[in-house]
Amino acid sequence: MKHLLEKIPFIRPEILGNAQSQEIDNTSYSPAERQPWITGENDNTTITDKVCGILEDKPTFGWVMFFLLSLSVLGLLGVFVPFLIFWGVGVWGVNNPVGWGYAIVNFVFWVGIGHAGTLISAILFLFRQKWRTSINRAAEAMTIFAVMCAGLFPGIHVGRAWFAYWMFPLPNQMELWPNFRSPLLWDVFAVGTYFTVSLLFWYMGMVPDLATVRDRANNWIRRLAYGALSMGWTGSNRQWHVYERSYLLLASLATPLVLSVHSVVSFDFAVSQVAGWHTTIFPPYFVAGAIFSGFAMVVTLLVPARQLFGLKEIITLRHLENMNKVIMLTGMLVGYAYAQEFFIAWYGGVKVEKFAFMNRAFGQYAWAYWIMVSCNVISPQIFWFKKARTNIWIMFVVSIFVNIGMWFERFVITVTSLANDYTPAAWDYYTPKLADVGIMIGAFGLFFTLFALFCRFLPFIAMSEVKGVIADAAHSTPSEKPAESGDAESAPSPAAGS
Amino acid sequence: MSEPKTHEPAFDTITAEGSVDPKPVVLIAEFETADQLMSAAEKVRDEGFKRWDCHTPYPIHGLDGAMGIRPTILPWIVLGGGFTGFCGGLLMQGWMNGISYPFLISGKPFFSIPASIPVAFELTILLSAFGAFGGMLALNGLPRMFNPLFRSDRFRRATADRFFISIEARDRRFDADSNARFLRGIGANAIEVIEE
Repeated sequence: MKHLLEKIPFIRPEILGNAQSQEIDNTSYSPAERQPWITGENDNTTITDKVCGILEDKPTFGWVMFFLLSLSVLGLLGVFVPFLIFWGVGVWGVNNPVGWGYAIVNFVFWVGIGHAGTLISAILFLFRQKWRTSINRAAEAMTIFAVMCAGLFPGIHVGRAWFAYWMFPLPNQMELWPNFRSPLLWDVFAVGTYFTVSLLFWYMGMVPDLATVRDRANNWIRRLAYGALSMGWTGSNRQWHVYERSYLLLASLATPLVLSVHSVVSFDFAVSQVAGWHTTIFPPYFVAGAIFSGFAMVVTLLVPARQLFGLKEIITLRHLENMNKVIMLTGMLVGYAYAQEFFIAWYGGVKVEKFAFMNRAFGQYAWAYWIMVSCNVISPQIFWFKKARTNIWIMFVVSIFVNIGMWFERFVITVTSLANDYTPAAWDYYTPKLADVGIMIGAFGLFFTLFALFCRFLPFIAMSEVKGVIADAAHSTPSEKPAESGDAESAPSPAAGS
Repeated sequence: MSEPKTHEPAFDTITAEGSVDPKPVVLIAEFETADQLMSAAEKVRDEGFKRWDCHTPYPIHGLDGAMGIRPTILPWIVLGGGFTGFCGGLLMQGWMNGISYPFLISGKPFFSIPASIPVAFELTILLSAFGAFGGMLALNGLPRMFNPLFRSDRFRRATADRFFISIEARDRRFDADSNARFLRGIGANAIEVIEE
C-alpha cells in the first residue's frame, strides 16, 4: 500500500499524518506544580515550523481522502439545491400543520454549532483562559463555516430564492420595507451581524500568522497570496498595541453578540403563540444548547485533526479534557431546561401546554425525544470519570452523540409542537423527503469541505498567541526553559540596566 | 551590496536594486530573546529616539511601557461606531415601518421601542466591530504592501522567532555608525542598514 502511495505525486504517503508529535499526559493537577499547556520541547521556532509545515508540506494521504470525501458529499447540495429551486418547496416533506421542517431544524442546528467558536475565542479571552490559544483559530473557522451552512437554509427556504434579498431593508419594486416587528427579521440582523463580526475577528486574529507564512514563503504564489492577506504586517509593537486593544474590543463586542444571536433565534419560536414554543426559558436554554453542541463539534473536528497534523503537543489532552468538562456542564444545563419545561407546563396549568409536553415525550415523536434525552443528558455523564474525559475514543464517540442529540432537539421542538397543535382535526405526521435529507447531508459536505481547505491553506493554530503562552510559562518557571539560560549572561538584566 | 568600507563593518548594508543614489532608510537590530529586547527598548527610549519601533512575533507584555507608547484612541472610534449603529438602527426602523410605509400587522404598533431593540442592538455591535477593525487598520496604516523592511532576509524571522528594533532614518538621532555601536552595546547580535 505504502509503495503504491509513494508513486502519487503531491501527496505524502503517511496515512494518518506525521508521527512526530507524541501524546503527553498533562492532565494531572497539583497546585504546587502547574502543568504546561504546550507539552514537549517546544519553543517559538518549533511552533512556527510545525504549524506552517501543515500548509507548506505536501498534503498527507489522510487529508486528501478527507477532502475528496467531503467534496463528494458537498455534491449532494449541488444536486438538491437546484432541484429545490426549480420545483419549489413542494419537494420537501413539509405539510399543512408542519410548515417548518428540516430547513429550520438545520438552520438552528448550524447557528448553534457556531457558538462554541465565539465562546472560545471571545468569552474565554475575556476570562484570560490561556488554553483557548491552541484551539481558538480552528474553533472560529468552525463558527464561520457553520454560520455559512446556516445561512444557506433561510436563503433557499423562501421558495423563490431569487427574491431572498427582500429579507434586507433594501428599496425594491414594491416600495415596501421589511416588517421590523417580526422576530424572523431580527434573525436576519442577528445572524448577519454574527457572521460579519466573527469573520472580522477571525481574520484579524490571523493577520500576524499570515505574515509568518508570508515570510517563510518560497514561491511567488505564496508570497503574493499571503502577502496580500497579511496586509504588510511587520510585528511592529506600535501596531501590536492598537491591534491588541482592537482585539480586546472585538472580544467584548462578540460576547454579548453571541448570547444575543441564539436568543434571537429562540424568539422565532418563543414570540409565537404555539404551545411548547411560547416559553420564557427559550433564550438561555437555546444559548446553553448552542454552546453544548458547538463544543461537541470542536471535539469532533480537533481529535482527528491533531492526529492528522501532528499537533498533539499543542492541542494537548488537557485542552480536550477542559472541553469535555464544558460539554458535561452545558449538557446538564440543557437537561435542566428539559426538566424545567415540564415543570412549568404542569405548574402553569394550561391544558394545551401540558398536552404539548406530554406529547413530546410520549406522543408520535417519542422516539425522537428519547434519542435527544439519551444523547444530550445521559451520554455526557460519562465525563464525570477522568478516564473517560481523557480518552480520545470515548470523547470522540460522545461528541458525535451530542451532535446527533442536539440535531434531534431542534427537530423535536420544531416538529412536535406543529404536528399536534390546537386543532386536532389538522394533526398530521411529518416525514422528510429525499430533498430534505439530501440538503441536510450536503450541508455537512459544505462544512467539512471548507474546514478541510482551511486546514491546508490557513494557519491552523494561532501561533502568535501560543508563543505568548509559552513565554508566560517560561517566565513563571524559569528553570523549565534551558534554551534561554545560555543567553542569560549576555543579556543585560533589567535590574542591571536601571 | 558590498561597497568598500573604510571602517570596521559594524553592520551589513542592504541596497535596493537599481538604486542610483542609495540612502539609508531604516536600521534594524536583531535580538535573541524577548528579555533582551525589553531592556534594549528601554534604553532606546531613554536615548531620546522618536521614530523607532520593536518587531516581535507575539505581543510582549510591558513592551508598550518600555517603549513609551501612549494609549490609542481606538476605543473612542468604537464608541462612535456603536452610537451610530444604535441611533441609526432605531431611526431606520421608525422611519421604514412608521413613516415611509406604515402597515398594520397583528395589531402591533407601527413603532415601539421594545420591538426595535434587537435590531438596534445588532447594529450597535456591527458598527462597533467595523470601528474596531477599520480603526485598527487606519491607525496602523495598514494595508501597507510595500515596506523597506521586507528587503531584509534576516527580518523575515521577526514574525517567527526573533526580536527586532528598527530605527528610521527620519529620526533626528539617526546615524548608522553610532546607532549600530549603541545597539550592539545593548545586546543586539546583528545589525543591518537598509538603503534605497
